[in-house]
Amino acid sequence: MMPLLEIAKLKTILNTGSAPIHAVDGLELKIFKGETFALLGESGCGKSMTALSIMRLLPEVAEIMKGHIKLDGNDLLLLPETDMRKVRGKRISMIFQEPMLSLNPVMTIASQIEEVLKQHFNLHHTNSQKRILELLQQVGIPDASRRMTEFPFQFSGGMKQRVMIAMALAGEPELLIADEPTTALDVTIQAQVLDLMRDLQQRTHMAILLITHDLGVVAEIAHRIAVMYAGEIIETATCKDFFQQPAHPYSQKLFAALPKRTKRNQGLAVISGNVPLLSQAFQGCRFAERCDHAWELCRQTVPEWTEIIPGHRVKCHLFSKENRSEYQVNLTEKQTASSVEAYHPTHHQDSALLNVTNLKIHFPISQGLLKHTVGYVKAVDGISLTITPGKTLALVGESGCGKTTVGKGICLLIPITEGSVQFNGSELTRLTRNQLRKKRAEFQIIFQDPYSSLNPKMRIVDILEEGMNILIPDHPHRIKPEQQLSSYQKENKIDELLQRVGLPPEAKWRYPHEFSGGQRQRIAIARALAVNPKLLICDEPTSALDVSVQAQILNLLRTLQQNLGLAYLFITHNISVVEYLADEVAVMYLGRIVERGYVDEVLNTPKHPYTQALLSSVPVIQATSKRPNCTHLKGELPSPANTPSGCYFHPRCPYVMPICRKIYPEKSTFSQTHSAHCYLYSQNQNSA
Amino acid sequence: MPFDPVILWTDALVYSLAATVIAIGWRMQRHTHLLTPWRRVTHSASGMAALTVLFFFILIGLLDTIHFRPALDKVSDNLGEKVYSVEVLSLFDIIVTPLRNRVEKTYSAPLSAHLYTKETVELPDGSQAREFTRLTFGGAHLEDPEVQRISDITERSIRGAAWGLLTWSLIVISLGMLLARWHKINFLQMHSKIWSGATETPWYVIMITLGLVLILLGIVVALSTHYHVLGTDKVGQDVLYQSLKSIRTGLVIGTLTTLIMLPFALLLGIAAGYFRGWVDDIIQYTYTTLSSIPSVLLIAAAVLMMQVYVETHPEMFDTILARADLRLLFLCIILGITSWTGLCRLLRGETLKLREMEYIQAAHAFAVSHWRIISRHILPNVMHIVLIAIVMDFSSLVLAEAVLSYVGVGVDPSMISFGTMINAARLEMAREPIVWWTLLAAFGFMFVLVLSINLFADAVQNAFNPRIKTLSERASRSSHRLGKMLQSNRPPSRPASADIPPEAKDNKVHS
Ligand SMILES: Nc1ncnc2c1ncn2[C@@H]1O[C@H](COP(=O)(O)OP(=O)(O)OP(=O)(O)O)[C@@H](O)[C@H]1O
Ligand code: SF4
Ligand code: SF4
Ligand SMILES: [Mg+2]
Repeated sequence: MMPLLEIAKLKTILNTGSAPIHAVDGLELKIFKGETFALLGESGCGKSMTALSIMRLLPEVAEIMKGHIKLDGNDLLLLPETDMRKVRGKRISMIFQEPMLSLNPVMTIASQIEEVLKQHFNLHHTNSQKRILELLQQVGIPDASRRMTEFPFQFSGGMKQRVMIAMALAGEPELLIADEPTTALDVTIQAQVLDLMRDLQQRTHMAILLITHDLGVVAEIAHRIAVMYAGEIIETATCKDFFQQPAHPYSQKLFAALPKRTKRNQGLAVISGNVPLLSQAFQGCRFAERCDHAWELCRQTVPEWTEIIPGHRVKCHLFSKENRSEYQVNLTEKQTASSVEAYHPTHHQDSALLNVTNLKIHFPISQGLLKHTVGYVKAVDGISLTITPGKTLALVGESGCGKTTVGKGICLLIPITEGSVQFNGSELTRLTRNQLRKKRAEFQIIFQDPYSSLNPKMRIVDILEEGMNILIPDHPHRIKPEQQLSSYQKENKIDELLQRVGLPPEAKWRYPHEFSGGQRQRIAIARALAVNPKLLICDEPTSALDVSVQAQILNLLRTLQQNLGLAYLFITHNISVVEYLADEVAVMYLGRIVERGYVDEVLNTPKHPYTQALLSSVPVIQATSKRPNCTHLKGELPSPANTPSGCYFHPRCPYVMPICRKIYPEKSTFSQTHSAHCYLYSQNQNSA
Repeated sequence: MPFDPVILWTDALVYSLAATVIAIGWRMQRHTHLLTPWRRVTHSASGMAALTVLFFFILIGLLDTIHFRPALDKVSDNLGEKVYSVEVLSLFDIIVTPLRNRVEKTYSAPLSAHLYTKETVELPDGSQAREFTRLTFGGAHLEDPEVQRISDITERSIRGAAWGLLTWSLIVISLGMLLARWHKINFLQMHSKIWSGATETPWYVIMITLGLVLILLGIVVALSTHYHVLGTDKVGQDVLYQSLKSIRTGLVIGTLTTLIMLPFALLLGIAAGYFRGWVDDIIQYTYTTLSSIPSVLLIAAAVLMMQVYVETHPEMFDTILARADLRLLFLCIILGITSWTGLCRLLRGETLKLREMEYIQAAHAFAVSHWRIISRHILPNVMHIVLIAIVMDFSSLVLAEAVLSYVGVGVDPSMISFGTMINAARLEMAREPIVWWTLLAAFGFMFVLVLSINLFADAVQNAFNPRIKTLSERASRSSHRLGKMLQSNRPPSRPASADIPPEAKDNKVHS
């Protein structure tokens, strides 16, 4: 069968400075009609450049050096630009990662889609309006006839991505390139968009080139997969084969690095090092520096393609005929589970370290010249939680539900509207600024974005010292020089801290920009540890990082907990991280906690309909047993400025009852620790 | 002592400014990260050419800042003390004494040997005639200017150019030697590297600019001993001298004004953005009000008030220059007060953005005090904006001075500046035949000065702009790598880096 798209020996370079960056280097792939082909790889490996090369929409500094990109046998690279314009949007169309940035903010949705239609079809105005309506309905925009005249800012993220898909479909393309189409979206919305793409493909039989870094997304909708590393493809297989038996050492490592419940008591496998710089000249296998199996040959000769079973090809010396048998033995032996001591969950109940009751944080919405308050954004609307020393509580929820606000509120970085935060027996909300400063050493916060959480103008040593100087126990502030730690002691302490987070002591003389994302996150952790806290609030510490780097950070957090007895409030939207790390879970929806309990209780027997939906939205990485197509959530998170009456979840709940619309449900208790707020279960009579 | 040092107000400020610049430079020497953006400035060809030209301007400006009163020959009778002249001179004045002293009667064209106007002269035979008389100094050595002038000028120019070239080659050779020692390669290699443009700093651009400037300088010096290169003005003063003296005025206005407005802009801008609330309201209200008053009106009113004050208190100033200088300082202050709002607004916006950054939040979590957050976390991160604003403002201030002096509310009329030169040229342009050289000289000097400042400002902006930085940084990093691969004999620049795992070196910007 003739492939729809065939890329051969594609080489794209970026001319920056004196050494060109080989973003795509000898890439080959084939995509057939009607299949979803996933291109998987970590950030910076050249996925997006591949997509842009196909569209011939490369940035000015980029240049395609050689290769063929054949669509139905015609080489796109030989077409003049005018003909290429007829291909773009008509035969191949593309959707991007950021739906917010890809729509023109000053044009209505309808006119943007109409532009595409005009470009490719000769439609009469009324016909084109009909077609636009049809497209919007096809991608599941409710009330499409009204909404087509609205502007992009009136749409939410998920809706915008749907509009983008509608626009991409307008030309009835044969190939749809989707560059990380769901990365910017929440799990529940991601599930909706993936459903939509799968559904559309079945109806229109177009091919999809899906670019992603998420194994889960691949497992959900891809038919075939190619793994990309440092500008080239290293393994291709059908999705089923790949998930059953990933062959390339890199692919295997990716799987091993995924956090899972079954790995709770072990450390995660990590890939040492980082993606190599693409400006260098490679000799031999590009993965050799980080590969556990690498030997002489790997460093000298570039591995050739080897077909393991029909349709499953891999670029690794281990699979060439001479070495094959040897590897099969090794494969079982060498499974590296870096040893973190077995972890023993102890369920003893001691006094709470942190006790938050009925915490409310409302942000005023001011309007007009005199800035009078017209309403409140109820970011956090009465939540209570408890953390015991040495334990991890995970706070889970969609973006915008107020997770970060809770974290900052507990640290008193933002003013609290109502409620109490008791830390170690003292009520933080009633302390004055100075009294609070003395307490600050005991609870620290780690932020999501490692790129903005370190001051770029300070050396690592200054960053680490800052907290120490102010918050050394007993000398809370204004320490006289003689009371301070001697500089020698301080340096020792800094070296120790860096070692603890796995960085060499020399790192302290350097500046943040010299470190990668994962390393910066370690420095942020070291900074928090410098003042010996008892509680660490981790606000999505791994969501900006690649899987392999995420594994390093999770391992580190786990080891620190064991050695130092830290308690964590772990804020995340990633369920598999929760499974791996947390003792208890609290599920948050629109500023309130809807269900809480031990990890096993909540994840095995979720009670609240929202928890159930959230769990079923998480892509499952198992090719063998595709889980039954459960109901995905409809709709999106309402605005916290305008919360629904009664149960906040009722507009999206599949089990909604009349009473749900009126009064917020009381707590229902299932065990000593497991509780939820839902009318489906018998309500506690007295508890608040 | 043969002289009595005089330190005027602006002199003191310029000295302290120079000291600050040197101190900062010395501090930066030890903190390589602070140097990185500056090093990027040195990689810009246009920026470095501009800096070479600016160097000469700054040199003249500084020489012209060292003021003193020379001793007079006669000794006062009663005390035996030396008597100092009432005229305050600068070191620069002494260096160019011939230019300063050789005053003609009135207008004369550039390089001319005759006055520009006819004069009634008494002929030897007693009759009177109207003719262009010979100049007292310009071309006085010629016997027959009609015949000799052109060839004399050519000859002198060539000689001057040759001197310029000679100086230039000396500089090139010694610079090459220094650089060769610095890079630890031999002299010839260094030179082939320089001239093929392979050095990171475009030394060949600097050399060529330097060559052109030195040749021009040689010619001007050679001619100016016997001619008025740019002619003379109404009272016969050398226009070249005036143009050179104007440089200091321009530079002082450009630098001191920024110096005066900087504390306001920094303090108020950051305070507004950081504290928000009522502090922000008050500051915003202030600068909105201030910037809606036409600044020319404000300046005119302030300067006129100042003028009246000075005239009613003549006893306060012992020399004319002191009076003019105070007015210059006052002009700087008033210009500073009217121009801080722009930078303040920029800084407020940037601080608003920065205060939400997670590292500031982390600092709050460490109970770091407000003052420390402002000085350690916010200030260093807005410095690039301040720097870009300063260099960008500089040229507009030089131009503003010219405009204000032209209108008559600028510097003291006795102070030589581009503005006063242009003001004088206003009348000359209406003369018949037209006197064009004053205006042209002022225009030419101002143009070169402002152009080089602007080119330099562009280079600074490119180097300090964070967005451009990431790309060129990435490029320079990869070029370093390539360089290392190609010549492995070069020792690694930072020994510590060898111990850091390879992933540390990849600091790609996350998308
Ligand atoms: N405009 C550009 N100029 C210079 N380098 C670039 C440019 N765009 C991308 N790069 C570099 O090219 C390489 C590949 O980039 P690409 O965007 O394809 O990666 P990616 O796999 O899509 O990463 P991510 O998942 O983070 O989006 C990276 O090293 C990146 O730093
Ligand atoms: S070729 Fe060698 S280094 Fe590369 S992945 Fe295979 S075993 Fe590892
Ligand atoms: S209370 Fe009602 S609406 Fe809310 S989750 Fe339960 S069943 Fe659904
Ligand atoms: Mg990308």
